[in-house]
Amino acid sequence: MAGILHDVVFVDGVRTPFGKAGESGVYARTRADDLVVRCIRELLARHPQLPPERIDEVAVAATTQTGDQGLTIGRMSALLAGLPRSVPGFAIDRMCAGAMTAVTTTASGIASGFYDVAIAGGVEHMGHHPMGEGVDPNPRIVAEKLVDPSALVMGQTAENLHDRFPKVTKQRCDVYAAASQARVAAAYEAGRLQADLVPMSTRDAEGAWGLATVDEPPRPGTTVEDLAALRTPFRPSGRVTAGNSAGLNDGATACLIASAEVAAELGLPVRMRLVGYAFAGVEPEVMGIGPVPATEKVLARTGLSIEDIGLFEINEAFAVQVLAFLDHFGIADDDPRVNPDGGAIALGHPLASSGVRLMTQLARHFQDRPEVRYGLTTMCIGIGMGGSVIWENPHHADYGTDRTERAA
Amino acid sequence: MTSSTQSPTRPSGSSTPLPELPDEVVTRALLREVALPRTAGGDPGTIALITLDNGRDHTRPTTLGPAGLASLDSALDGAAELVAAGRVRAVAITGKPFFFLAGADLTMAASGATVATSAEHAREIAVAIGRRGHDVLRRLGELGVPSFAFVNGVALGGGVEVALHCTYRTISSGVPALALPECFLGILPGWGGTYLLPRLIGVERALEVIIANPMQNNRMLNGRKAFDLGIADAMFEPADFLERSLVWAAEVLTGVRSVERAEVSDDEASWAAAVAEARAGAELKFHGAAPAYPRALDLVALARTADRDTAFEAESQSLADLIVSPQFANSLYAFDLVNKRAKRPVGVPSASLARPVTKVGVVGAGLMATQLATLFLRRLKVPVALTDLDADRVTRGVEAVRSEIRSQAAKGRIRGDEANRLEALVSGSVEAAEAFAGADLVIEAVFEELEVKKQVLAAVERVVSPECVLMTNTSSLSVSAMAAELEHPERVVGFHFFNPVAVLPLVEVVRAERTDDATLATAFAVGKGLRKSCVLVADAPAFVVNRLLTRFLGEVTAAVDEGTPVEVADAALEPLGLPMSPFTLLQLVGPAVALHVAETMHAAYPDRFGVSQTLRSLVAAGRTGVFTWGMDGKPYVDEETRALFVQGEAPSSAEQVRERALSALGQECALMLSEGVVAEAADIDLCMLLGAGWPFHLGGITPYLRRSGHLPRTG
Repeated sequence: MAGILHDVVFVDGVRTPFGKAGESGVYARTRADDLVVRCIRELLARHPQLPPERIDEVAVAATTQTGDQGLTIGRMSALLAGLPRSVPGFAIDRMCAGAMTAVTTTASGIASGFYDVAIAGGVEHMGHHPMGEGVDPNPRIVAEKLVDPSALVMGQTAENLHDRFPKVTKQRCDVYAAASQARVAAAYEAGRLQADLVPMSTRDAEGAWGLATVDEPPRPGTTVEDLAALRTPFRPSGRVTAGNSAGLNDGATACLIASAEVAAELGLPVRMRLVGYAFAGVEPEVMGIGPVPATEKVLARTGLSIEDIGLFEINEAFAVQVLAFLDHFGIADDDPRVNPDGGAIALGHPLASSGVRLMTQLARHFQDRPEVRYGLTTMCIGIGMGGSVIWENPHHADYGTDRTERAA
Repeated sequence: MTSSTQSPTRPSGSSTPLPELPDEVVTRALLREVALPRTAGGDPGTIALITLDNGRDHTRPTTLGPAGLASLDSALDGAAELVAAGRVRAVAITGKPFFFLAGADLTMAASGATVATSAEHAREIAVAIGRRGHDVLRRLGELGVPSFAFVNGVALGGGVEVALHCTYRTISSGVPALALPECFLGILPGWGGTYLLPRLIGVERALEVIIANPMQNNRMLNGRKAFDLGIADAMFEPADFLERSLVWAAEVLTGVRSVERAEVSDDEASWAAAVAEARAGAELKFHGAAPAYPRALDLVALARTADRDTAFEAESQSLADLIVSPQFANSLYAFDLVNKRAKRPVGVPSASLARPVTKVGVVGAGLMATQLATLFLRRLKVPVALTDLDADRVTRGVEAVRSEIRSQAAKGRIRGDEANRLEALVSGSVEAAEAFAGADLVIEAVFEELEVKKQVLAAVERVVSPECVLMTNTSSLSVSAMAAELEHPERVVGFHFFNPVAVLPLVEVVRAERTDDATLATAFAVGKGLRKSCVLVADAPAFVVNRLLTRFLGEVTAAVDEGTPVEVADAALEPLGLPMSPFTLLQLVGPAVALHVAETMHAAYPDRFGVSQTLRSLVAAGRTGVFTWGMDGKPYVDEETRALFVQGEAPSSAEQVRERALSALGQECALMLSEGVVAEAADIDLCMLLGAGWPFHLGGITPYLRRSGHLPRTG
């Protein structure tokens, strides 16, 4: 991509196990900032060769930036994590793509030479901060018909997407959702997800400590029949159910990115190289289609085609939105390149944290599949957007051969 | 070894049950099965994790009373069942946020005295406290699987012992306090501490924790120091302490990590030498007045060779002896005074009447004045202005305050910006009108002479607002007399600090005849802001501390004047275990000051307060005291000083001197109570504990005097 002065590499990513939001969820009595602090400290512990003072920025995303997700959470979590006070931080909000935006924003700084090393991540404690907490929509939205009021309710936007793409049926969505559950179960069984998880302390209602070591949301053994029986809360006789959508979740993620030169200097591992990214806006009432134009845009800008992409990590906010994406690019519903270890329908989607989970999982697949050169992480974003990031596999034989000529 | 530690076997049969504590804030032991994360060594399986939580917030530490012990016992039943069923590979215990466990509920130890039907019954209950604690806590080390203590926060007394019973310990580097404070309170670590600690970290280090720290005004360790001593096997930062501790436990259980500890020597000679050295230190300080120390030392001596059953039973017996001792009752009383009464002074008008203090004036620029200025500056962080008649003295006074601030900053006790702020806040002038403009409070610390002080206050009154509070730091003069001729005597209050003012926590707040409530409330609010403990006293000569110390010293010097050898008189009070001997105290106060106060008191109460001719003679000769310190660091009376003594031919024995001094103290206490100098005897004790450093084991002084028959039981 034009303008890249320095290659940006993904060094490592971790996340807390995801929990179910609400009083009975594992993190009901755990603070949101503690979740992301735990991730940051784990990254530092895994890479002791990184002097903490070399971190130039800590970008942390949260959709609701008040309470335990407030106080400029990037800066506050840097302090709470024990980083030197000289390390700055800031807060980011792009709804579901918060962590993804934390990565692309700091990556841009690295690519331009303004940063060497950054921590990017996200957190959403949807139990403490239910979607829509404290919002105050501008009355012009309705008065001037700027946006369909359904755009503010994500489940309704998913129903709208079904209206737009009649070929994406509820049946296809339920089959896709059951497969996501099965893939997650298989990945857990094979021990492929555990390595990216940081054990997180929890407290129950009585005060007893516990330890979250696995995701709480997955429902292994879910069948299409089970899913067919679920009600459709957003519309009578609708298609969107709790089973073919991601749930309401608590969790945090963080990753370490750096310029390729500094990673080499410090002996940091390289798990992916950033090739390019793009965000694109769509009609807010069908926000789920966002990944399509975002992906078209990033492909155009990187000069790659969809055929060059060997692995897809697409956020499963709703099955309908994944299937609309796959239909657009002519990819089969059960293509093994897409979310090989399952996705958010099973694992959960703590809004602003999910982007880094996609990247961490893609990095894991890259390691196992050196034959794949490029991978895509993509997600739909509330208020009508999509975000897509293309990564290159350092284990591939041709890694790095297409790099842009740099200014001397 | 004392007789009770020689009974190694514990009688079989039913033990006396612990009486219930109706007001116990119960610490519950919550048991959960927690799956541990995989390690390189494989799947560590599940651990039974016990959380100690009393359901209160961070202002209420967790403690173990009878119901708490029962809860822990039943959690351990549950853990034992999980172990037997093969469901858990280990057991761990930790606390609620910021607290591991703050030890036994002290009211449990006091409960025997209230419910017991006889002295024998009280002792049986006391024995039961030790035995019940041992029975429950030792299970942590006898489950047949490894046990882990994750010391996440404050760990005191029984809390430390809970951790010591476990196989392994991790500690948070954020732990602010870890200690075995029992001896300080007149008991001993009686739930396994005297046995387990020396065997874990060696006798020398254990004695530091069990004996030396309690002796040094109850000094405590923090997490790092505890780790350095070897009390914990691993230390983690507080941010992810529990997660790292559980991962560490998983690593230990899967064999990925081996736990190394320094070898502990059980060499007989060095063990005995360490115990003997500690014993000599305690004897030198307390002269047998604090029996907890030698009793704890007996147990540490026993720990080298004894088996667990023997050692634990000996602990229970020794603990029981101490629980029923007057020293412990006095200590509990004193502990309660300094922790509760000192924080909520009695007889004080509502804090809402207090006026804000945004500027402070100090009259005088001498040593006391600059000490006061520094204290007001550091604590209140408001402008502080010094005045003196002499411009040079003002300049030197201001510089002395700034230099003290800089020296504190150099030691890291004040941050740089803060030091700049404070240095800028201090000023001085020979013009009181200029210096004290806008002051809400002016304190005088000029020469201890009524006329001088009256003039000073009158001069100050001319330049300050009618509401400006005028404080006097007089130690013995009448505050009412000082205020009598002022236009606004209602804003004058006595505010008597103790030297060194930065260290001693007491201020006697003197209500004069006309002091109004707003002034008094302001004085108490300022005292709180200065982080001092204030006690309200009436405007009687020398108030409380100096009146008692002067009377006490007066009796001892009178005995010397009569012909008692100074060495005999000086050693006569040793059985009380006071912080210093009478003539060491005289040296600290300075003979001139002591004489001045003695003369003031003699003028007020000629029947009871005399003026020693020897003291006059020492002052006339410019002596700093009776003692000279030899090369060996020991005080002696040199011949030149001895020649100054004015002595008669009627020597007393040490016992006679002691009896005389105690009778005088008892008489003076009784008089202070009948005169209403303080609201209650508790205030006398609080003053002596905080202003004179008199020991917990005397309960200040009145509980001791009542037991010894020198003060009536009631009144």
